[in-house]
Amino acid sequence: MDDEALKEFVIEGREGLDQLDREFLALEADPTATGHIAIVFRTFHTIKGSAGFLGLGRLEKLAHAAENVLVELRDGRAQFTRDLATCLLAVVDRLRQSLTTLEASGVEGSEAHDDLIAWLGRIQGAERGAPEGQTAPATLPRASAPPNAAPSVAPSAETVSPAAAARPVPTAPAAVAPAEHATVAESNVRVDVGLLDRLMNIVGELVLVRNQIVQFGTHREDPAFAGAAQRLNLITTELQEQVMKTRMQPIGSVWSKLPRVVRDLAIACGKQVRVEMRGKETELDRTILDAIKDPLTHIVRNAVDHGLESPQARVDAKKPRTGTLVLRGYHEGGQVIVEVSDDGAGLDLNAIRRRAIERRLVTEEGAARLTAFELGQLVFLPGFSTAAKVTNLSGRGVGMDVVKSNVERIGGTVDLHSQPGQGTTVQIRIPLTLAIVPALVVHDAGQRFAIPQANLVELVHLEADSGAPGIEYVREAPVVRLRGQLVPIVTLRALFGAAPRRLDAAHGPINLVILQANDRRFALVVDEIRDTQEIVVKPLGKELKALSTFAGATIMGDGKVALILDVVGLAQQSGLARARGERAAAQVPGAPSGQVHEVEGSEHQTLLLFTVGGGSTLAVPLARVARLEDVHRERFERSGDRWVVQSRGELLPIISLVGPTTATPAELPVTAPVIVHSSGTRSIGFLVGSIVDVVNAAVAAERCNERRGLKGATVVHGRVTDLLDVDAVIAEQAPWFEREADA
Amino acid sequence: MNTETETVRQLCTFTVDGLLFGLDVTAVQEVLRPQEMTPVPLAPEVVRGLINLRGQIVTALDLRRRLGLGLAPRDQPAMNVVVRHDEGVVSLLVDEIGDVIEVDEATAEPLPETLLADARALIDGVYQLPERLLLVLDARRTSAAPAVEPDRKDTP
Repeated sequence: MDDEALKEFVIEGREGLDQLDREFLALEADPTATGHIAIVFRTFHTIKGSAGFLGLGRLEKLAHAAENVLVELRDGRAQFTRDLATCLLAVVDRLRQSLTTLEASGVEGSEAHDDLIAWLGRIQGAERGAPEGQTAPATLPRASAPPNAAPSVAPSAETVSPAAAARPVPTAPAAVAPAEHATVAESNVRVDVGLLDRLMNIVGELVLVRNQIVQFGTHREDPAFAGAAQRLNLITTELQEQVMKTRMQPIGSVWSKLPRVVRDLAIACGKQVRVEMRGKETELDRTILDAIKDPLTHIVRNAVDHGLESPQARVDAKKPRTGTLVLRGYHEGGQVIVEVSDDGAGLDLNAIRRRAIERRLVTEEGAARLTAFELGQLVFLPGFSTAAKVTNLSGRGVGMDVVKSNVERIGGTVDLHSQPGQGTTVQIRIPLTLAIVPALVVHDAGQRFAIPQANLVELVHLEADSGAPGIEYVREAPVVRLRGQLVPIVTLRALFGAAPRRLDAAHGPINLVILQANDRRFALVVDEIRDTQEIVVKPLGKELKALSTFAGATIMGDGKVALILDVVGLAQQSGLARARGERAAAQVPGAPSGQVHEVEGSEHQTLLLFTVGGGSTLAVPLARVARLEDVHRERFERSGDRWVVQSRGELLPIISLVGPTTATPAELPVTAPVIVHSSGTRSIGFLVGSIVDVVNAAVAAERCNERRGLKGATVVHGRVTDLLDVDAVIAEQAPWFEREADA
Repeated sequence: MNTETETVRQLCTFTVDGLLFGLDVTAVQEVLRPQEMTPVPLAPEVVRGLINLRGQIVTALDLRRRLGLGLAPRDQPAMNVVVRHDEGVVSLLVDEIGDVIEVDEATAEPLPETLLADARALIDGVYQLPERLLLVLDARRTSAAPAVEPDRKDTP
């Protein structure tokens, strides 16, 4: 059992019980005060819940019995009597006693509390005037967990198996020295997180003052001053470290609930699993801990359900009957690494191959060529599950893709290594904290910006005479060729609405910051690259929350505010910016290797990706696109039974792909993207949800979606994307168009 | 005396474009001299920038724009009236800070029809002072900037 969780339970429990004492006394004075009853009820409920969670069956039962009586009281079916108060106070005393035992020995006492439960039952019966009062204890629902599911002596290695029978609990010493009680209560103080955040703010401010003082010191020839400044420097640094530590929590606090998850799951699928934890003292910022809680649980479930074999299969494979699941946490290179390893069968590569072929992600020949690593990456695709049957525990097809996106949201990465027959390891790399991140400080568009290093790939400096390939223009879109890949260029000036300058290394050196946003890589042009530093991330006020371009702001060493660029938001924004520039033709390189699945017998095409109603993404060959327009919703007009837009001196008929065209334009966003297709001298517009990207991808020749208006499919960014059949849609929705175009 | 204090409001006063405004002193956290300001690209026009208020990042709103008044001369430094609202603080940029004055709520008058067509909703009351008119702003409504429209674009 986890020491940390127990300690917390003891501390919280004591606080609750102290409060109960006060509430009962207040209730005795005024039995009709319903507010007090609600508090009492809640407190018992909390104790019951926590005790159940920690497997303290006896405590749970007692609290449950008290809660039952209180329900009657709360619902007005019973009166608060002195007798009841005496009984409930006795329960409080007993609970307090149990907590003391628990704190001293780590297990709950062997006492069953049947006397008190019977008493509670009698009172409940008497209050109701029902005859079954005496039998109340028997009718109480049994706690679901068997009492004391093998509390382990070594907290780091807990054996969980269906065979684990309830072990006799060592009888705790009847009386525990009061000094023990004092140690836990006095060595821990619970502090409001808001207070810690404010402390962090003040320390940040102190750091700035320190920087200024130290700077003054360098201009003064006063050894006493220099000494004082030096001391201030050291103390501030130490204070900053310690205050940062207050926000850190050991990863063990998240792991602590995993043995229980494993236990239940192991029983459900008839497996024997031993959980080992290594490095559970590894500390992480609490916001990050929150964010990895669910992904970790998911990975652990997968490991037990899919990774580990049944006891018999393990014996057949000459492995110990009991499978081992190792949770490992450690620091490496300013990051925290959390690993979940099992010694199971490893990924079933053939099953993955079959599934990939079924899902038409690869052809059979293609699948045969995929390496083990590439096959492993497929597991992260949405809806990709090889589980033979869907259980209520895992294998429902929502899985590793969610894990991946959750981890990536906090700037982390997920990797999967699998050895057939040996086991699987899932590795999560996450930053230490989100509050303080290393960042690159750049200068552009007249001000400083910070870019989180998590998104930084490399810095490129282009000079006219370096002989290196420079900046090219594909139509209006600047791109740079980096090791054979065309990387689209983004400029803050263009993004901020200023007239873009033509980039040319001949006019002076150009600094490029190569950034990675999810699967997309792009180059940001900046005037100047300043330095890297640790920045304290602060949120923007609610007036500015909606700006996706900025992740927050920070205060620089000179006390001025600098904005932090949100690289993902930047990519999205510039995607729009490119689309707005009519026919974006920058060839975005495909997704990184392992995520692009070459389909045999297909041709590469440049595709425009867009969303339609329902949020799904479709693609259309860029060759079929004449131009893109952002049309203000007020420009949509009715003409007969069609929607039209006046564009370039002609009437552009509109086919809506976002919903029925009879809907009013008022339901559209202020400006709606329209893909214009031309045939002969006539044009027609497709109203879409949004323009997503331009990619170069292989398009499968075969028809794999029988829905009308679609033909062929492609895999873009790891997702199957259907291709819009422009001609079919026009033939169906606007048969007059072809006739008029021919005319 | 007691009955009087109930109707007296203490107002922090300041001028914007020649007009005298007041805000309830309880809403005003502090008044600051012109601060170093970091502009926020793509933000609504009313947001002039961000200031560092002892480690806290505070959005500065241009009260002239908020009230639909004429633009300030470019080089005129703006004073900050830092106002608390539900989710933090914002700084309202004004021309000059005046005194804290007391008005009797009973003497409030309606806002003249011709004044401040764009910002009538922000005015909480009007008081005739011996020399000039005092317009009292509602702190909550004034400090709530219109929300940013995500991905704001101009109509092509």
